Amino acid sequence: MKVTICIGSSCHLKGSRQIVEQLQYLVKENHLEDKVELGGTFCMGNCVNGVNVTLDDKLYSLSPETTKDFFDNEILSKVQ
Amino acid sequence: MATKPIKDRKFDTQVQYLKYKVLREVARYAFEDRLMDAYTEIPKLIVKEKPTMRCCIYKERAIVGERIRMALGGDKENPNVIEVIDIACDECPMSGYNVSDACRGCIAHRCEDACRVGAITFDEHLHAHIDKSKCVECGQCAKVCPYSAIVNQKRPCENACKIKAISMDENGAASIDNETCISCGACVYQCPFGAIVDKSFILDVVDLIKKSNHNEDYKLYAVVAPSISSQFSYAKLGQVITGIQELGFFHVVEAALGADMVAYAEAAELAEKGFLTSSCCPAFVDYIEKQYPQLKEHISHNLSPAATIAKYIKETTPGAKVVFIGPCTAKKMEFQKEKVRPYIDSVITFEELQALFDSRDIDLKSLEEGVLDNASYYGRIFARSGGLADAVKQALKEQGLDQSFELKAISCDGIEACRMALLKASKNVLPANFIEGMACIGGCIGGAGCLTHGDKNKADVDKYGREAMEKTISDAIGMLQK
Repeated sequence: MKVTICIGSSCHLKGSRQIVEQLQYLVKENHLEDKVELGGTFCMGNCVNGVNVTLDDKLYSLSPETTKDFFDNEILSKVQ
Repeated sequence: MATKPIKDRKFDTQVQYLKYKVLREVARYAFEDRLMDAYTEIPKLIVKEKPTMRCCIYKERAIVGERIRMALGGDKENPNVIEVIDIACDECPMSGYNVSDACRGCIAHRCEDACRVGAITFDEHLHAHIDKSKCVECGQCAKVCPYSAIVNQKRPCENACKIKAISMDENGAASIDNETCISCGACVYQCPFGAIVDKSFILDVVDLIKKSNHNEDYKLYAVVAPSISSQFSYAKLGQVITGIQELGFFHVVEAALGADMVAYAEAAELAEKGFLTSSCCPAFVDYIEKQYPQLKEHISHNLSPAATIAKYIKETTPGAKVVFIGPCTAKKMEFQKEKVRPYIDSVITFEELQALFDSRDIDLKSLEEGVLDNASYYGRIFARSGGLADAVKQALKEQGLDQSFELKAISCDGIEACRMALLKASKNVLPANFIEGMACIGGCIGGAGCLTHGDKNKADVDKYGREAMEKTISDAIGMLQK
């Protein structure tokens, strides 16, 4: 699956770097490098609801605090 | 006309203002699909019933016609982006050393004694005259005159061009040697008649905006140089960002993030190779390639910050188009290079951005403030001389390379300072292992495409740097997928 994190200015200010770092760590910790492709993109045109993250084209609104839950519920549970 | 308060002043000179008016109208006509009428209507819009600059309205309108031609992209046969408008060139006297009215007709006649070629004669009032058939332009007479009555008359364009790419053609107009010119734009900014102009790509940008179909068919990105923090001082930076989006750009990204990426990679390259020159300034790179080809192998292999971030955008957003907006005329050469062309679709200057805003009647001061925050402090200070070297030093530290490699950087701003360093490097006598080369005085903030140039610009850039959320280069580039 492909996870894309918005790294445009607005999402960056709301913590997209922390989300990227958490996801990078979690993917590595769970040995999912082959199954989960992380990517960044500048702006998803939905700045008000940032940080915007898409998982195979489905849009989610995350914060650094909700990233672990997102990983557990949307990535880990589906990939295994 | 009353002088506007400095904070509301959009340009340094009336020449820039004139150029801007033409660009603004050409952009307006392009947006409205009326370019067919540009040549017949715009000259009359700008030059009304009475001449204000030249001998008659016909010449003024003819020159405006030439400015329209430059706004439309200039001479396609000429590879250089800097061109002379010959009918606008005032063919300034360039007689070299001359005796001015300040000559008192004194009796000491130091000038005569100082002249080794016997070129000084005196009239019946004891006033000095220089025999041009003998004079060798050594300047000794000017040095010894107690009244400073002997002056060196040099053309402003030739004076601005420290690499001597400008001479006089057979008709007396300025002529640019493309083999020497590095497209830095110093002459463009200095010519008091606006006779040397950088070609514009605003039509391409208008086209990119229109064809994006409101960013439905492709996403159009603006990559802005960090020197933007010293520009548009009548509005807030956030309002400028919103203005760019109002023009039709999908999103604005800092070239400074590309600078963070470059600093990180350049530090590693430097530590590995032991000696390097920067590759950020396209005029500096061009100068090395033309004048010091033996040093070419030492130019950093990194793309410029603008090209680096544009490449990243294109790799992560399929179909995206990128326009670089900055202070630089040489960038208009760089983006046409084979290795940059895939990443940057067009380049405009801050001058041209102002023209685009006004062609759409976008009043920056009335806009909401957008946000711009991608880069670190270090990426942002690339805009001023010394910033690049500071960033490379930091990047060495962040990668733990400062233990094994000692950075000895020399920061050169202005092409003369660059030349001195390169000359020494070519003779292996430069006491440094890294040359930061910027062709413009002060760095990019001194660029010819800036709206305004001032003492405060460096402080503006530093302030903008400190406002960055990310404090280290590693953090700024940490979120980019490798």
